[in-house]
Amino acid sequence: MKLAYWMYAGPAHIGTLRVASSFKNVHAIMHAPLGDDYMNVMRSMLERERDFTAATASIVDRHVLARGSQKRVVDNILRKDQEERPDLIILTPTCTSSILQEDLQNFVEIASLISNSSVIFADVDHYQVNENQAADRTLEQVVRYYLDRSHTQEALDQFVTSVPSVNIIGIFTLGFHNQHDCRELRRLLRDLDIEINQIIPEGGAVEDIKDLPKAWLNLIPYREVGLMTAMYLNKEYAMPYISTTPMGAVDIAECIRQIHKKIDTLASGSSIKRVDCEPFIDAQTRFVSQAAWFSRSIDCQNLTGKNTVVFGDATHAASITKILAREMGIHVSCAGTFCKHDAEWFKEQIQGFCDEILITDDHAEVGDMIARVEPSAIFGTQMERHIGKRLDIPCGVISAPVHIQNFTLGYRPFLGYEGTNQIADLVYNSFALGMEEHLLDIFGGHDTKEIMDKSLSTNIGLNWNPESRLELSKIPRFVREKVEKNTEKFARQKGIKTITVEVMYAAKEAFGT
Amino acid sequence: MSVKIDETLPVECETGNYHTFCPISCVSWLYQKIEDSFFLVVGTKTCGYFLQNALGVMIFAEPRYAMAELEEGDISAQLNDYEGLKKLCIRIRRDRDPSVIIWIGTCTTEIIKMDLEGMAPKLEWEIGIPILVARANGLDYAFTQGEDTVLAAMAHRCPEPLRERKEMKQKVWAFPSREKDELHEYANHPSLVLFGSLPSNVVSQLNLELRRQSIKVSGWLPAQRYTDLPSLGDGVYVCGVNPFLSRTAITLIRREKCELIGAPFPIGPDGTRAWIEKICSVFGVETRGLEEREERIWESLKDYLDLVRGKSVFFMGDNLLEVSLARFLIRCGMIVHEIGIPYMDKRYQAAELALLRDTCTRMCVPIPRIVEKPDNSNQIRRLRELRPDLAITGMAHANPLEARGISTKWSVEFTFAQIHGSANARDLLELVTRPLRRQKNFEHFGQNTLVRKNNNF
Repeated sequence: MKLAYWMYAGPAHIGTLRVASSFKNVHAIMHAPLGDDYMNVMRSMLERERDFTAATASIVDRHVLARGSQKRVVDNILRKDQEERPDLIILTPTCTSSILQEDLQNFVEIASLISNSSVIFADVDHYQVNENQAADRTLEQVVRYYLDRSHTQEALDQFVTSVPSVNIIGIFTLGFHNQHDCRELRRLLRDLDIEINQIIPEGGAVEDIKDLPKAWLNLIPYREVGLMTAMYLNKEYAMPYISTTPMGAVDIAECIRQIHKKIDTLASGSSIKRVDCEPFIDAQTRFVSQAAWFSRSIDCQNLTGKNTVVFGDATHAASITKILAREMGIHVSCAGTFCKHDAEWFKEQIQGFCDEILITDDHAEVGDMIARVEPSAIFGTQMERHIGKRLDIPCGVISAPVHIQNFTLGYRPFLGYEGTNQIADLVYNSFALGMEEHLLDIFGGHDTKEIMDKSLSTNIGLNWNPESRLELSKIPRFVREKVEKNTEKFARQKGIKTITVEVMYAAKEAFGT
Repeated sequence: MSVKIDETLPVECETGNYHTFCPISCVSWLYQKIEDSFFLVVGTKTCGYFLQNALGVMIFAEPRYAMAELEEGDISAQLNDYEGLKKLCIRIRRDRDPSVIIWIGTCTTEIIKMDLEGMAPKLEWEIGIPILVARANGLDYAFTQGEDTVLAAMAHRCPEPLRERKEMKQKVWAFPSREKDELHEYANHPSLVLFGSLPSNVVSQLNLELRRQSIKVSGWLPAQRYTDLPSLGDGVYVCGVNPFLSRTAITLIRREKCELIGAPFPIGPDGTRAWIEKICSVFGVETRGLEEREERIWESLKDYLDLVRGKSVFFMGDNLLEVSLARFLIRCGMIVHEIGIPYMDKRYQAAELALLRDTCTRMCVPIPRIVEKPDNSNQIRRLRELRPDLAITGMAHANPLEARGISTKWSVEFTFAQIHGSANARDLLELVTRPLRRQKNFEHFGQNTLVRKNNNF
């Protein structure tokens, strides 16, 4: 048992639902008590999704505790099958069903005998894995299910495409800037004359999964989700994969070189011409991306040697640390991640780019570290943004967990060459704001402050009695002034000298505020 | 209970596959209401993640609530629950020094049969802070019913009224002039305690409404501080202000021997008037100027009423305020297609249901269909056929419905906004009309369906 206020990664079922709801025509049924379907709220609110989220609950209540949920679960699966005709139904366990230990696998087998849709049971244990790990597993499970099925039906076409092509694996719903990153990756691959075979799970159709092996290789932009699928495809279908995140000019170049090397190897003997990717990388780095020039410009001189702290998921925290240290010349005092299961990889990546490494999923520990280091800027999650607010340190948000403002309508990729521009803006603006605040402090703040605070209403001849004063203080601050003014206006109209609680509410009724 | 249960009002029941908030969400408003409390939710990551996401920015404001997150060892009983909770509660006492710790039991504690009620008194004695237990879990309850479980637990801790009478005598002796004033101001009636958690200025407004009728409110459950809980017992009259407090009501009647005044709820000017009238009639107090007052409030709402009149509304149901809101909106001239509601206590809501029926008769509209434990996918089908002007629904469905051209209002807002008493009727209509007023701005867009054809419903 531990005391917790905040968590960086959600429970396992959220990961499964995120993968399920990213595919087209896949429905997730949660085995959960009332109220556990809040993933729908997150998707509908954060992503402003226009469609109903294809995730519903098969409710666990007292009745289920007494009788078992077999009938209800099977009925719910069959009903969803009838109503929406999905290609696939994924029965998703929650923490509650983990404890109940009912044989959900068996319910799935019963239901799949009757249902037209395929039915699988998401094999994730609530107490073993978190949101990201569960998403990784579920994606692999779905891919494995469809490839195995095609294999037994001998419908699997293993011939690769005639021109070089890749699968992008791991773009999905509620992911940090995933939609924009996906667009940027498409553009990058098009510029390199590489075709995209499939993108999963976002917008993918499960019936197309059988064609995944037609791609030459797999690209895994984020470590958290997709790596298991890539390893499985590598083992079973000998598909190579690249898991270098194309974030920051140096790593983008590295990623492009790796892709080219793999393609050259696979193309040897065929008629496909070898292309030198170096001129492309050079032109993009120096002229398309503004980041390299920006780092060199005198503006960025001011950032030299400034202290920062980086915290986030393994992919983003590692990439941002490397960008700050080797591309912008900014000092990273401490870099950390909450992906404890991937700590080894993380340490290896940022070795030499920061003074200190912090692996934890306790936000209090992160807060203490930030307070101790006193950086000029923080790059972290929404939690670090709030820690920064409390300590008066600016923060750029670089990783999930995030709020609605991180699901921007405008184009804000973190990957690819446009991503380098976006990151440079984010970094620079965080510092610039910090500098501005600092100067304001030194010179005594905004000069308009005093004038703004003065009330424009006159309270001559009006007396608020202690009860009404107290009552006024309970009114939320943003409307208090308006209430005060209206009450006084009302009192003056009625010729009332002393304002009591009654007068306040009579005024409210009169003015309707 | 004084109002006869109306057997003629039909209530349908569906499958219960609907979206609502987990009842543990009640900590979000209760920790703010009860200033010296600390809420400890004993549950898993799932509960924690819900609170974190549902409560948004509140989580960063050093709230007086936390999760006691159960790990695998707790589930398999390898660890000692009592020692675990003791350690956390001692830490809470050290860091926050609350006057009461409230343990919120969840689905997990229910399924592994963790004996919270058994452990609480022992630990309370050991660490010297009152510990209350409320089982606000998703197996049994929906959303606002969480508050009901907490208040029912709290009712047991209210002091007995006898002691208060003794103190009263002393007070008369100490401050004779003040007491004399009060005697003039209030009618002679038994002690009245109101139950339901409301923001403190709404509490003052309702106290004031009753004071105008010379009725004195002796206390509220909950009070602003745990240490100020009202006296309860034989001869004390109680009245609810919210429709989801049926367990609290039953506890007050059975365990605390209070008399329950079964009244409609003070939502809307009509509800507020009926609520006051009922309380006055129980105490034999003649009401003064209520009718004129209600008229005046309706008069001041005219601009909003013009907007809603003749418009139709559909309640998908998730917070149990639905019947009272529907009754008010019908009185405003709206047509209600369906009242979805998670749970309907026909006894506790009897007076409200009777007022609903009277309002329908008065406004010459049929009684709307009341659906308990609704089924969201059936409801969406009905929404598609009815195409109401407004759907009052949870956040899971709001955006998808808006994209299909149906205006929505998130039901959660009614839980957090100030909607009680005559003075807040305008705020209530402000909420209801917001989507309708907003729609006018979009007329030049030409069409209001923003989904591609194949996604149509």
